[in-house]
Amino acid sequence: MASEKAKALLEWVDERFPASKFVEDQLLKYFAPKNFNFLYFFGSLAVLVLANQILTGIVLAMYYKPSAELAFDSVEYIMRDISWGWLLRYLHSTGASLFFIVIYIHMFRALFYGSFKKPRELLWLFGMVIFVMLMAEAFMGYLLPWGQMSYWGAQVIISLFGAIPVIGENLATWIRGDYVIADATLNRFFALHVVAIPLAILALVVLHLTALRTVGSNNPDGIEIKKNKDSLGIPVDGIPFHPYYTVKDLYIAGIFLTIFAFIVFYLPEMGGYFLEHPNFDPADPLKTPEHIQPVWYFTPFYAILRAIPDKLGGVIAMGASIVVLFFLPWLDRSPVKSIRYRGRIFKIALGLFVVSFIALGVLGTKPPTVTATLMALVFTGIYFGFFLVLPFLPSIETTKPVPDRLTEPVIPLAKREGEHWRLLEKAIEAITESSAYRKASAQVLAVVERLENLGRK
Amino acid sequence: MNKALLIILSIVSMAVGAAESKRPLKHISVDIFDTESVRRGAGYFANYCLGCHGIKQMRYSRIGKDLKLNEEDMRREFLFGDSKIHDYVQTAMAPSDSEKAFGVVPPDLSLIVRARGADWIHGYLTGFYADPKRPFGVNNIVAPNVAMPNVLWEFQGSQEPVLASNKGVPEVVDVRLAEPGLMRVQEFDRAVTDIVNFLAYVSEPSKLERLPLGKYVIAFLIFLTVILYKLKKEYWKDIE
Repeated sequence: MASEKAKALLEWVDERFPASKFVEDQLLKYFAPKNFNFLYFFGSLAVLVLANQILTGIVLAMYYKPSAELAFDSVEYIMRDISWGWLLRYLHSTGASLFFIVIYIHMFRALFYGSFKKPRELLWLFGMVIFVMLMAEAFMGYLLPWGQMSYWGAQVIISLFGAIPVIGENLATWIRGDYVIADATLNRFFALHVVAIPLAILALVVLHLTALRTVGSNNPDGIEIKKNKDSLGIPVDGIPFHPYYTVKDLYIAGIFLTIFAFIVFYLPEMGGYFLEHPNFDPADPLKTPEHIQPVWYFTPFYAILRAIPDKLGGVIAMGASIVVLFFLPWLDRSPVKSIRYRGRIFKIALGLFVVSFIALGVLGTKPPTVTATLMALVFTGIYFGFFLVLPFLPSIETTKPVPDRLTEPVIPLAKREGEHWRLLEKAIEAITESSAYRKASAQVLAVVERLENLGRK
Repeated sequence: MNKALLIILSIVSMAVGAAESKRPLKHISVDIFDTESVRRGAGYFANYCLGCHGIKQMRYSRIGKDLKLNEEDMRREFLFGDSKIHDYVQTAMAPSDSEKAFGVVPPDLSLIVRARGADWIHGYLTGFYADPKRPFGVNNIVAPNVAMPNVLWEFQGSQEPVLASNKGVPEVVDVRLAEPGLMRVQEFDRAVTDIVNFLAYVSEPSKLERLPLGKYVIAFLIFLTVILYKLKKEYWKDIE
């Protein structure tokens, strides 16, 4: 009876709005490759974090006061006098950092498996615009607590616009709405942070997902599953997104939320990386902190900026380090997508690129000593060098034959070729055979067994 | 159990075991759950700090609630003058007066532990030494040429600098007790730790809620994850 009524209601809706068709197209009849590994969950995790940021942000905006006089105290008011205000604030601040971790892994995945290549160029470009918007969103959000680092970080970054010839100084003043970071800046950053940029990000996420649904997901093998269809027109290596990937994403979301909660409840400052210590001092335009550094997720780009001795040159290099990513689909000309079937030289180049990105991130948090600046310069060279050699790799590398059908999500260690994998195998063997490991594993297994029995009683 | 997971968990447990067997570094262990200590710290704060430094993000009533003191206790120990119980804890000294007296406005201490760290506050409060060149006759090894006098001197006694030559220039490397005060060294150290505990509590009173709640939230999320994992397993049976 009830189900008949529900059916009738759905029919009523479907005559007026394509609800069933949407679910069918997007979930039930959207076929995704069946061998996604853990690198493929960061897209849905990004949506989860975005939802967290929007929901917690709405409540925070109800109590936050965007004025230079009141901003700092209103954040502490949220932390102390609002019920669960501290939880909302930590969810929001931790979410910001985790957003970047998730997005960086998501982008790395694209590099790893060549997910930006034909036919996914637009998908990549939409994603890149989201990334730039996200950086703007985070930068403006960081000014809002109006602490010392909020203030001086914004002062340093906006003054960079002053390096642009002719219009620079006027442009910087126009952005700030004042000659220094001031109340006017805080107010407009608040407007942009809570209305303009979130709207843009949401719209771009829709475009990003529409493009994804049109071209279909890439996979760890970099094969187009649409090339192998059965008699019904269904890709043989595809499985319906719902229920298979919805349940898998839910389980991954559970793991992610557990880690998220652990940080929120036990490490919300993350040793001064997620919430910087000097930011617990209210902004003081007359007192410059000893060492100004942006939050950790901007430090790779900040290190590039500082590595170049010339101010304008540094600004150009920093801008170029982001802009060059937009051109990736046209820089990497190899027909082979996945790293699994690419040559050794590409693996080395990508490895160096990742190492240099992380190294720049670490250097960006350190004071600019002579050695640190020199190292930053070297890693900046490697960062750009990667994009320089990329177009020439196809002519010198020997790729492996790409199979027709999908293989494993993660290639087992024993099947991998290369001396370093044998070395890793030996290392694991040595560890698993040590007595300390046997003792530890027995303990772990005992705890697991006790937990399992707990559920049975 | 997944073999890779087992290896990772076991290595982590080995690392934790190794870390535990090492002697911990000497630092101030803050315990804001030690209500007695935080209360004593609040008492010292009201008598020796509040004259110049406010903690304007805190309400008297919140301190009373968290330290389990009723309004009567609060009025006797902490809330002096005509402030109301729900008022913010502000110093009575006008900023213009303090600027005249010290040259700077004493900072608000609501978030000082989060900004500087507990170890720093402890080092600062125990780090005053006699220096006739300074206006109040004392200098500080942690914060050189600070404007603040040593308000706790009657307890601590007076300290003198230990000098060492750094490329011919004498440098203060340590302090030592010159004249004992009302408290013995350990007693004074405990008093300062009480103040640090109180200021750490004031820096983040929600920590009293946050830390005890965390384990329940995480336990629930792990439980949820296990259920979701079983659900995934069930659905994926026919694929694998």
